[in-house]
Amino acid sequence: MLVNRKLILAHFWLAFVVFGLALCLGAWQMFVRSPLYTWISNPEWYYRSLTAHGTVMGYVFPTLVAMGFGYAITESSLQQRLVGVRWAWTGFGLIVLGAIMAMVPVALGRASVLYTFYPPLIGSAFYYIGVVLVVVGSWIWVALMSINLRVWRRAHRGEPVPLAMFANVAGSYLWAWTAVGAALELLLQIIPVALGLKTTIDAGLARVFFSWTLHAIVYFWLIPSYIAYYVIVPRAIGGRLYSDTMARISFILFLVVAMPIGIHHTFADPQVGAGFKFIHSTFTALVALPTLLTVFTICASAEIAARLRGGRGALGWIRALPWQNPIMLAVAFSFVMLGFGGAGGLINMSYQLDATIHNTQWITGHFHLIFGGAIVIMYFAIAYDLWPHLTGRALPNLALVRTQLWLWFIGMIVTTFPWHWVGILGMPRRMAYYDYSNPAIAPEALSVSLSVVGALIVLASGLLFLFILAQSHAQPATDSGTYRFSVAIHPVRSVPLALNSFAIWVALMVGLTVTNYGYPILALATRHDTSVPAVYVGAQ
Amino acid sequence: MSARELLTFRNTYFSISVGLAAGLFVLTAIAGFVLLPRLQPELRYADLWDAICGAVGLPRQNVSSGEIPKPSHRLTEAVLTSTTLARPTQESIGRGATLAQRCAICHGPTGISRADSPNLAGQYAAVIYKELLDFRSGARTNAVMSPFAENVSDQDIKDLAAYYAYLPRLPAFHPAEQHPKPRVVIYGAPCGSCHGSLDNKAGSPWLEGQSEAYLKAQLRAFASGQRTNDISQQMRNIARAMTPQEIDDAAAYYASQPPEVVKTTD
Repeated sequence: MLVNRKLILAHFWLAFVVFGLALCLGAWQMFVRSPLYTWISNPEWYYRSLTAHGTVMGYVFPTLVAMGFGYAITESSLQQRLVGVRWAWTGFGLIVLGAIMAMVPVALGRASVLYTFYPPLIGSAFYYIGVVLVVVGSWIWVALMSINLRVWRRAHRGEPVPLAMFANVAGSYLWAWTAVGAALELLLQIIPVALGLKTTIDAGLARVFFSWTLHAIVYFWLIPSYIAYYVIVPRAIGGRLYSDTMARISFILFLVVAMPIGIHHTFADPQVGAGFKFIHSTFTALVALPTLLTVFTICASAEIAARLRGGRGALGWIRALPWQNPIMLAVAFSFVMLGFGGAGGLINMSYQLDATIHNTQWITGHFHLIFGGAIVIMYFAIAYDLWPHLTGRALPNLALVRTQLWLWFIGMIVTTFPWHWVGILGMPRRMAYYDYSNPAIAPEALSVSLSVVGALIVLASGLLFLFILAQSHAQPATDSGTYRFSVAIHPVRSVPLALNSFAIWVALMVGLTVTNYGYPILALATRHDTSVPAVYVGAQ
Repeated sequence: MSARELLTFRNTYFSISVGLAAGLFVLTAIAGFVLLPRLQPELRYADLWDAICGAVGLPRQNVSSGEIPKPSHRLTEAVLTSTTLARPTQESIGRGATLAQRCAICHGPTGISRADSPNLAGQYAAVIYKELLDFRSGARTNAVMSPFAENVSDQDIKDLAAYYAYLPRLPAFHPAEQHPKPRVVIYGAPCGSCHGSLDNKAGSPWLEGQSEAYLKAQLRAFASGQRTNDISQQMRNIARAMTPQEIDDAAAYYASQPPEVVKTTD
């Protein structure tokens, strides 16, 4: 039951259009800092583009996808009309307003601070206020998800919450809490300086606040993809979900352990004690659990589908999978990229191993592989799966869809593998220019050039994706039937209250944030000798 | 089970998950705050409490490195921010104009030098301020300039900075023919990212139209370590990596440029 299709389509279209624009910037950045181009002569242009790319890809694009998908899940899994449609449009409006407000100063070169803000760099106040508006817009969505679930519960006392909605609400709560870190940083530290009320800033404290957001935000980006693994993939490939309980536990684990781990982003920061870095490092290791559970459950679900299709043997069933089905292709590609990206992540989270690759191009390679690769390819799958139900028109050409997914996968691998490699060679990140004639840097030239080829393939795939979606609007109207999610192999009749509600898990999430972040934040906040003068960007 | 029973230890989900989370926190805390500091004898913690204080991040004296070596020369004491001396008063500019009579013999009556001294008209206020402070403290020395700076007061320095920053930028006295950008200016660490054509970092002067002989001499002084008043060795690190040819090219290039391209501060 999809009633508010316009609302959902508006979210998806805006998400994908800004994604297309930011993708062009990304490919341009890869090109101009490679040996294939002399260089733009002005590093400011590079950082301006980088700020726009990061802000769109980090804040606007995934937030809109999560919101649009969240509304679709609410209506189709709960089988009820969305409550608070006007508020939903208000949230969407705030995101549009915030995105424009943030992007104008960036385009003018008055906020080239990169999407992670990097205090004591300070740009135009409008940039930060724009980002805050985007976050506030998304908090409206969080509230709506909670309210809609409550409305459904009142009418369905004691019934298990459909898995899709349970995961969706878990993702929204995670976002609500993780965004608080960046919000505190912006409201208490950066915006007062950007408005001229203060001229100094506690950069160390600001970085700790940001780390609060920076890691769990990745899980917020990731949750729509994980929801798709569980509730779209088994249905789309003609199988059953292996375990509904395992799925719930995975999302609960994300909710609880995604938060108290962010300090692994500040391993090289002197203002955080080594003991806390160790605690966060250990907790980060726990995040591998829900991913391993998910990979196991989805592989088991795929095996069910393959055996239903006549697959035989210990591994022979893999051949019986519907490889012509775009969703099958997407999930396979996603898992491969998640595997490599996750292995790299284990290095990043280890206090000692991280020292070898900290702040090198390895890190950028890593998060592009995980987010741009494993996560975004599932966003494509979500869009392809939902589109016929949103537009009332079939996708015109599945071969084109498969080509697009193949290109994205190949492009991402060709982009990110050499990217990791140059990081191991020691190439630093966040630089606008590298002098490849320098003998110390020359060995990196070939790998960086390969990455550019990958980036162009990725760009071609992204544009093809937009073309496919746009083209489907021009197809003749067809009835796509009701939008459904996967069914578990064992019908879900009753679920323990703990796995059907969020009180324990939200309490644990907040509690662990207090234990793992409380002291580092309080210690820095109460010291008076930690502020440094702000460095204004684009103030001249 | 009602919601109230959910958050009690009678609920096994609650007791197990809270127990696991708390247990893991306590274990990692013991490892991080007690065990690991002990395994690093080079940190030389006095006792357990000292180790815990160190591991939670309280600042402590670094005992392992011993005495901090004293530099053999004076370093700059100037503290600059990008708003240092912004928006001076008219009175300050006027006083600066009177004081600047003394400087005119080398730096020119309009702040444009005929003697291979720097042109000061329209230079960033923070630059004049920092260099005068450094000449006064001895962090920078020059046979002619040092005696002039010996007895200026803090207020005099601020007024002179305000006055020269206020003067309009003029073309150099004998502008040479404009050269194309040499490779080192574009590709090295691009000079313009501090020196005004791309961006200005507090304390870095703009260089367009300055005397070629002066620029060359300063680059050589930075490269040889004779001049040491650059903050954190920024300029020394750049100049040391330049070949004599690159120093000549960069100096000739900047001497030939008009100052119009320079960014202003507000």
